[in-house]
Amino acid sequence: MAEIRHRKNSLGITGWAWAGKYKLERYLYLLHRLTGLGLMLFAMMHLTATTVFRIQGQEIWTATMDLLHNLWFKVGEFLVVTAFVFHALNGLRLVLQELGFALGKPVPPIYPYQDAIRKKRPLTIAMIVLIILLVIVFFYDFNVGGW
Amino acid sequence: MSKESMKLITFHVQRYSPEKDQKPYLQKFTVPSKHGMTILDGLLYIKENIDSSLSFRTSCCMGICGSCAMIINDYPHLACHTQIEEFHTDTLTVKPLPNMPIIKDLVPDLQPLFERHKSVKPYIIRHDDRDEMEQPTVEFSQKPEELDSFLQFTYCIKCGICIAACPTSASTKEFLGPQALAQAYRYCADCRDGGQDQRLAVVGKDHGVWHCHFAAACSEACPKGVDPAMAIQLLKRKLVSKVVGGKANPPSPLIPIPVDTKPKVKAPDFTVKQK
Repeated sequence: MAEIRHRKNSLGITGWAWAGKYKLERYLYLLHRLTGLGLMLFAMMHLTATTVFRIQGQEIWTATMDLLHNLWFKVGEFLVVTAFVFHALNGLRLVLQELGFALGKPVPPIYPYQDAIRKKRPLTIAMIVLIILLVIVFFYDFNVGGW
Repeated sequence: MSKESMKLITFHVQRYSPEKDQKPYLQKFTVPSKHGMTILDGLLYIKENIDSSLSFRTSCCMGICGSCAMIINDYPHLACHTQIEEFHTDTLTVKPLPNMPIIKDLVPDLQPLFERHKSVKPYIIRHDDRDEMEQPTVEFSQKPEELDSFLQFTYCIKCGICIAACPTSASTKEFLGPQALAQAYRYCADCRDGGQDQRLAVVGKDHGVWHCHFAAACSEACPKGVDPAMAIQLLKRKLVSKVVGGKANPPSPLIPIPVDTKPKVKAPDFTVKQK
């Protein structure tokens, strides 16, 4: 008798990249990963620009800086700042809660159920408000400095 | 129920038979729905009236056994616990739970879930008196507040919904998963237990507790309010505490079974006349 194989059904990368009908914290998880990847990409580009191009002499360094001084790279820098602010503050929340702080105590599940992370959602909302305020401050700073 | 209050609902059910299908596909069924009808009722209607070859698991029909977990309109639910009317639509898509293999149609293979559950030693471990574990003559002391510290996590019905919701389980098949990790904490937090070090050794490895990145989708989707995400974070705390030199509390003492207890509350009077 031929062996019947079960069909694999793992969502794979779409399982974490698609938050679908899940709520706020699931989207924060996705955004945390995306901003983390974005910051890593920026760090690599930044290190490349400030090492490889710099050691090749003043001329190449000046040409590189001239290339980077345009609106698109300024917008990119602003996105890097935004990603950094989000990643840092959300990371702080995650460190605290992953160590069991700001989660409350287990309670008997009485319908309608409310899990710890949603009971502490005011903390998450406060963090989001702080992120938005800081992003506005940095936007103002970029505006004053000129795009 | 009058015919006027009936509504026709289109079920798009994922079908897959390993013997004849190369890949899963959606099959359309039209089901007459009435007020209070669950997704499971709809599937049973299809099986009894349209296509008897449709496969799905069901047992208690009351959200206790955890057999009928499936993806309904892109979100994991217990089919017996979810009414058709909740979706406010005439079209429903029903698929098997992801992140575990499909045996047939809507039947996922839960074997990996049970294997991982077993791997975290989900039972009370005592080192002081093994005979007492096999042939109990006394009780393990536990105060009500000690019970409250883990009671929430004992309600797990092993339906697999948390694993279907978990983004890490989706991309890392070796990950222990929210179900097993929450149960590891449930026993570590039990004051009667002395097996914390054994369990922390299992969950502290690669693909263990540190692979949880706290998306909390497991707790959001859990149909029993177990809150696996919270249990996992508390488990991380126990691991960190152990690394920085914290010691687990010794298991609670053995106490003789009370023999002269009297009920504190008087039994209520009979409500039916006794002969």
